Amino acid sequence: MLKTIRIALWIAVAVSLVVVGVLLWRADRQEQAAAFRPAFSLPDETGAIHTTEEFKGKYVLVFFGFTNCPDICPTTMSEVAQVMDDLGPQAEKVQPVFISVDPARDRASGLDEYLAAFHPAILGLAGDEASTRAAVESFKVFADPEKAASAPGGYTMSHSSSLYLLGPRGDWLRQFEYGTPADDITADLKGRL
Amino acid sequence: MIKPIIAGLGLAAVLPALALAECAEVSQGDLSVRAAWSRATIGTARPAVFYVTIQNNGSTDDRLTGIETRVAGMPMLHETVTKDGVASMPHADAIDIPAGKTVSLAPGGYHGMLMNLEAELKEGESFPVTLQFEKAGEVSIDTEVLPIRAREAACGVAP
Ligand SMILES: [Cu+2]
Repeated sequence: MLKTIRIALWIAVAVSLVVVGVLLWRADRQEQAAAFRPAFSLPDETGAIHTTEEFKGKYVLVFFGFTNCPDICPTTMSEVAQVMDDLGPQAEKVQPVFISVDPARDRASGLDEYLAAFHPAILGLAGDEASTRAAVESFKVFADPEKAASAPGGYTMSHSSSLYLLGPRGDWLRQFEYGTPADDITADLKGRL
Repeated sequence: MIKPIIAGLGLAAVLPALALAECAEVSQGDLSVRAAWSRATIGTARPAVFYVTIQNNGSTDDRLTGIETRVAGMPMLHETVTKDGVASMPHADAIDIPAGKTVSLAPGGYHGMLMNLEAELKEGESFPVTLQFEKAGEVSIDTEVLPIRAREAACGVAP
């Protein structure tokens, strides 16, 4: 009698585990279907490849730009630097990433030195044409070498100027449009951390 | 013991005043030009930027048609245009300075783009820029080189 009850209980445990497993699996699949997870796989200045996967567990602030842009790129990097300073110890949970849309020129002129002048936490990535295009397309942003004789190197660059925020699981959370004050970005991040 | 405290208090009182120091201002005809600043550069490979505030106190419109400076071989007027989240910076032939209005070259809008730099721009230094106006003629102003992280002029800027 006791043995029968014990077996019945074990069966109940097994069934509930399976049910929970199926529910979790379905929830995960639903979330995966709902979440937009843009990705990049690009080298830093030393050639080491960095992927979105690497930053799981952190919030990632992504900016597409090029260092020959003297106006909005430094302004945005300054805002990001301010955010990192203002986050204090919580800054450990945030990874700012600058993806070059003019990789050949940015590698030649020293991407790391430039970004470090704003904040040492900013990771600069500059790939080849294919991997850069892949990142741009994955984030559904825009970057295009624009023919213009007025810029050094013969062209300037139209590019998406927002900051993109990815969550700890790599899902796209929101964008901060150009000109969003550092305080607003910091407040948003503190609300999530 | 007391002296350093008094000195400290004195410094605390003076520092904000210094931080909001009066901008260098140059007036010519109806125009006054002030708060000229730039960001420090790393080397000379990348173009530098030039920001300034221009006030037209007169009753006739004027136009900024160009800039000249010894620090750059190719200075130009640009306008950063953001449309549908995409930024580009086309060349601006001229910038209107309407009568009675104040126009700023400021981050995210009009800027002087200093290409072919002759020398690295170092924080704390300054360099002259000559602005060419259609009516007021040429106006030269000393331009402060601020840290690369600077987001606005070091002196208070009237909006
Ligand atoms: Cu420009």
